[in-house]
Amino acid sequence: MNIENIKKQFPIFNNKVHNNDLVYLDSANSSQKPQVVVDRIYDFYTKEFSNVGRSVHYLAVAATNLYEETRSLVQKYINAKDPNEIVFTKGATEAINLVANTFGEKFLKEGDEIILTELEHHSNYVPWHYLRRSKGVQIKFAEINSEGEISLESIEKLITSKTKMIAITHLSNVTGAILPIKEITQLAHSKNIPVLIDGCQGAPHLKLDMQEIGCDFYAISCHKMYGPTGLGILYAKKKWLEALPPYQGGGGMISEVKKDGITFGDLPNKYEAGTMATAQVIAFAESIKFLNQIGIKNIEKHESELTKYGEEVLRKNNSVKLVGSPKNKGSVLSFTLDGIHAHDIATILDEDGVAIRAGHHCCQILHDKLGLSATARASLGVYNTKDDIDKLNESINKCKKIFDR
Amino acid sequence: MELKELYQEIILDHGKNPRNLRKTENFNKDAKGHNPLCGDKVHIYLKLDENKKVQDISFEGQGCAISMASASIMTDLVKGKEEYEVKEIVKDFLEMIKEKDQLNNKILEENEKTKLMCLSGVKKYPMRVKCATLSWHTLTSAIDNTQEEINSEKID
Repeated sequence: MNIENIKKQFPIFNNKVHNNDLVYLDSANSSQKPQVVVDRIYDFYTKEFSNVGRSVHYLAVAATNLYEETRSLVQKYINAKDPNEIVFTKGATEAINLVANTFGEKFLKEGDEIILTELEHHSNYVPWHYLRRSKGVQIKFAEINSEGEISLESIEKLITSKTKMIAITHLSNVTGAILPIKEITQLAHSKNIPVLIDGCQGAPHLKLDMQEIGCDFYAISCHKMYGPTGLGILYAKKKWLEALPPYQGGGGMISEVKKDGITFGDLPNKYEAGTMATAQVIAFAESIKFLNQIGIKNIEKHESELTKYGEEVLRKNNSVKLVGSPKNKGSVLSFTLDGIHAHDIATILDEDGVAIRAGHHCCQILHDKLGLSATARASLGVYNTKDDIDKLNESINKCKKIFDR
Repeated sequence: MELKELYQEIILDHGKNPRNLRKTENFNKDAKGHNPLCGDKVHIYLKLDENKKVQDISFEGQGCAISMASASIMTDLVKGKEEYEVKEIVKDFLEMIKEKDQLNNKILEENEKTKLMCLSGVKKYPMRVKCATLSWHTLTSAIDNTQEEINSEKID
């Protein structure tokens, strides 16, 4: 696997930032896009555009086929049983909202309990909070250990006869902890509790096999997977998509509409109301092909080596404190510097073309728990190299120089 | 180099050792400010005497060097000023940070203005302007007694 060749496929790296080469370490926020994805959007709009699933003319049929082709590609990529278990959404946020909303409407009542973890991104907390308000359900948070991990036991001890859903992240966007989602799912299923996995950080970096994991729902953010913005995927077991009510109402998702009643369409249309992000869906096929070409196992290996190297380099730097030290860690390096606020770090690094994120990373619960108002976060993608880590470290040292003068 | 303009010594000094970082006893006005994007928080306490002069001003909070320095310098400069003067200084500062090249108020001494102008480096960093202005908007809220938490995302 030649990273330089992979990097060359991303046109963004031809640009300079403040006259420096771009060192992009913000892929947990959003990944950069390979040329094939950019080209696919352009080609679709210039040569092949039509709305899908409605008209019978040539372009409409071709576009519909392309749209459904992506669904099949995604199904195979995550090893779902059926292409109809793949629902396109406007993002992972909408995917989680879809489940919280429809599951809450049909199955939850006052006093029911939902288990989340302290690692959750706001997008896997706020939608459930709405149910706390509207239905009076209780939310419980499984606690992290000192390494910033979630153990099976921390979840197990929260389960009661009232637990109706366990909704957890696959990979923490702050500590990088990879959760034992298969074991958690087995535990939950032994007590008849469905499991939703927020896969925003898992999907771009780890091998996915829905049938092996066994989870009921898995939310994916396509723009973090070298794909276009405005697109997410909800994987849901067919039995749930059949049992749950529709989410939004509109064109394309109905069967029959009369003045006195409406019947809804079959899967997957039931959950795809209105004109979808057609060009993005079609271009996302190229992201999947791009990932397949490199091979997710190769990506896992490369990123895991790079994360270890990053941990080593930053641990050697006495002024850096890493946030969390999970044994099973994904490609996220969050850190603090003594006496320098994360936003100041991010501004100084930016001057060198080093793009990181600073703040609470939409995880206020976790930052409160850690007693930190903000952290700096370098996150890796398939195009990053050891050189990027070295540049990060050099720029961190520059922060110290500026602040210690 | 632009970074040096942003992180001038005076900013770093006030950022590391903020003045008036405490809670005024017997304050008679206060307000909170919050930047939901970065988590910066500030609480301003104001004690005005019977002639509406600032007898004491202090703040509590946490944030980056820019936001801490801005609150620190602000509290230093408005102490002892009349309420209407404080309002004028705030207005002048916010206009300077947004568009003007200099401070035009006739209340502050030249050396005080020079000190305040150290914050003008932030203009080249649009994402950081809110760090510099949060405490100033919060001071306005305290003076006006709006009892509303200032949210940096709801202010232009």
